[in-house]
Amino acid sequence: MRGLGGFLAYRLLRTLVALWLVSTVVFVVMRLSGDPVPLLLPPDAPISEMERVRHDLGLDQPLPVQYAVFLRNVVRGDFGRSIHFRQPAMDVARSYLVATFELGLVAFAIAVVVAFPVGVISAVRRNSLLDHTAMGFALIGQSAPTFFIGIVLILLLALRLDLFPTSGRGDWRHLVLPALTLGAFTMASIARITRSAVLEVLRADFVRTARAKGVAESWVIVKHTLRNAALPILTITGLQFGTLLGGAVVTETVFAWPGIGRLAIQSIYNRDYPVVQSTVFIAAVLFIVINLCLDVLYGVLDPRARA
Amino acid sequence: MPAASTSAPAGAIPVALPGPATFRRARVPWVLYATAGFIGLLVVVALSAPLLAPHDPERGSLRARLEAPTLEGADGRVHVLGTDQLGRDVLSRIIFGTRVSLTIGFAAVAVGGLVGGLLGLVAGFRGGWTDEVIMTVADAQLAFPFILLAIGIIAVLGPSFPNLIVVVGLSGWVTYARVLRAQVLSLRQRDFVSAILGLGGSIPRVLLRHILPNVASTFMVIATLELARAIVLEATLSFLGLGIQPPTPSWGGMIHEGREYLDSAWWISVFPGVVLMLTSLVVSRTGDWLRDVLDPTLRGE
Repeated sequence: MRGLGGFLAYRLLRTLVALWLVSTVVFVVMRLSGDPVPLLLPPDAPISEMERVRHDLGLDQPLPVQYAVFLRNVVRGDFGRSIHFRQPAMDVARSYLVATFELGLVAFAIAVVVAFPVGVISAVRRNSLLDHTAMGFALIGQSAPTFFIGIVLILLLALRLDLFPTSGRGDWRHLVLPALTLGAFTMASIARITRSAVLEVLRADFVRTARAKGVAESWVIVKHTLRNAALPILTITGLQFGTLLGGAVVTETVFAWPGIGRLAIQSIYNRDYPVVQSTVFIAAVLFIVINLCLDVLYGVLDPRARA
Repeated sequence: MPAASTSAPAGAIPVALPGPATFRRARVPWVLYATAGFIGLLVVVALSAPLLAPHDPERGSLRARLEAPTLEGADGRVHVLGTDQLGRDVLSRIIFGTRVSLTIGFAAVAVGGLVGGLLGLVAGFRGGWTDEVIMTVADAQLAFPFILLAIGIIAVLGPSFPNLIVVVGLSGWVTYARVLRAQVLSLRQRDFVSAILGLGGSIPRVLLRHILPNVASTFMVIATLELARAIVLEATLSFLGLGIQPPTPSWGGMIHEGREYLDSAWWISVFPGVVLMLTSLVVSRTGDWLRDVLDPTLRGE
């Protein structure tokens, strides 16, 4: 059993290794994509001009040297200039982050606020109509593809009932459908895990003891059960951040939400690889940092997790 | 010979085999028959698509564009699920789309299962730095929303059938590797393994003849759950325009094409979407059920 310091150092090391692996994959994929120079220049550019640009970009260097330069640039957060926007690619990607954060946080908040009470009530009132209905929806939410949930919500709530706009970013009404779509899977997962975690604890001896000595049922649930069910719920909830990031690509595309996921897709169509790399890298860093924070939080809360 | 025929039944009395399989048989849910039937139906539809589809999935009639589900379209033909923006029959396209979904789904499961299963076996059996390296790579992949990487790779390599199979397949190897590693790790400590090794059995023999049969049911469970995931991932890539390219029909691609016409022709997107959702739901429920029966220890995964 190691102390908190050793645990943190170990986690940090693994995080750095993961970041290095992701950037190496990005480098390899970029090299596989072929020569970017013809994309940067007009089609009738002379050979000498192509050679000059190739030299400026360092593409005439041997691969190991290019890899070293690439890693140095990654550390600096420099992925070159966007071909489409004619600005540093990282600045472009960063300017799209705000919209994604807004969408992700609202989706996550809706998911937690709905799913947690639903999960608890489903467990406490096991096999009730509410339990069956909620878990049926959760099952659908977990297996239906994100983009199809978005399509159905647009069809029913935007086109048929005309309650919300179909796409774009603006006031709060623009947020509702994308946030529900993005949060659907998370909501379903949290509801299901909350239900089973609470059920698990409700079977424990200390809950029976608490009831036997006459503790009020509401107090049994809040004080004895929820506290002990919290850790598995927290773990799954944390893991959902990654799903949210991946889902953002799809959701933003369906709803034309101007976030970093849609930017990634559009940059692929524009063959704007510096921006694609920046978005992939930002997503990786975000995801890894969030997971690191969760691991640390987990390690602080539960010493057994510091393995 | 009468003597032989009367004595024979004595040895052939059906004896119920003890064990979890028979114990559970008493309560095999009808749902399982339904789900197995559904998957079988999909396979049959995929195999005999040219026979079943009422129309050519790639040829439309401009007179019959965007027709609602009808028994007599403007081209004088039946379109039970309507037609799309090019006048192509939606039902026929869904039927042919089954081929794309199932081919990529099953092939991706094979790729992911082969790579992940092998790495999991090796990591669990060898241990040491081999294990450390494999699991670090697995963690790195888990530490990243794979869809972004898939999008990047497909964008660069091009959305061909083999590329899709490899990318979708490799997106799933980690699950096999991690679960099988854990099982092999504990199997390796068992007496029967050291006994065979002590008797001079080779390591490949131990892995193939003794370890593999013990992890087969776990493998089946993961493969079923992975099939659902692979089908949805392929549809998602197609929806983003990075999957199978038009005019070849795929469910995700159809939903994508119908997005523009939701207001006027909802059936283009909704029908393939419902089929996709049902498939994903049914396959993953089958996986859940298999897990509960074959391998209750997996519940937490």
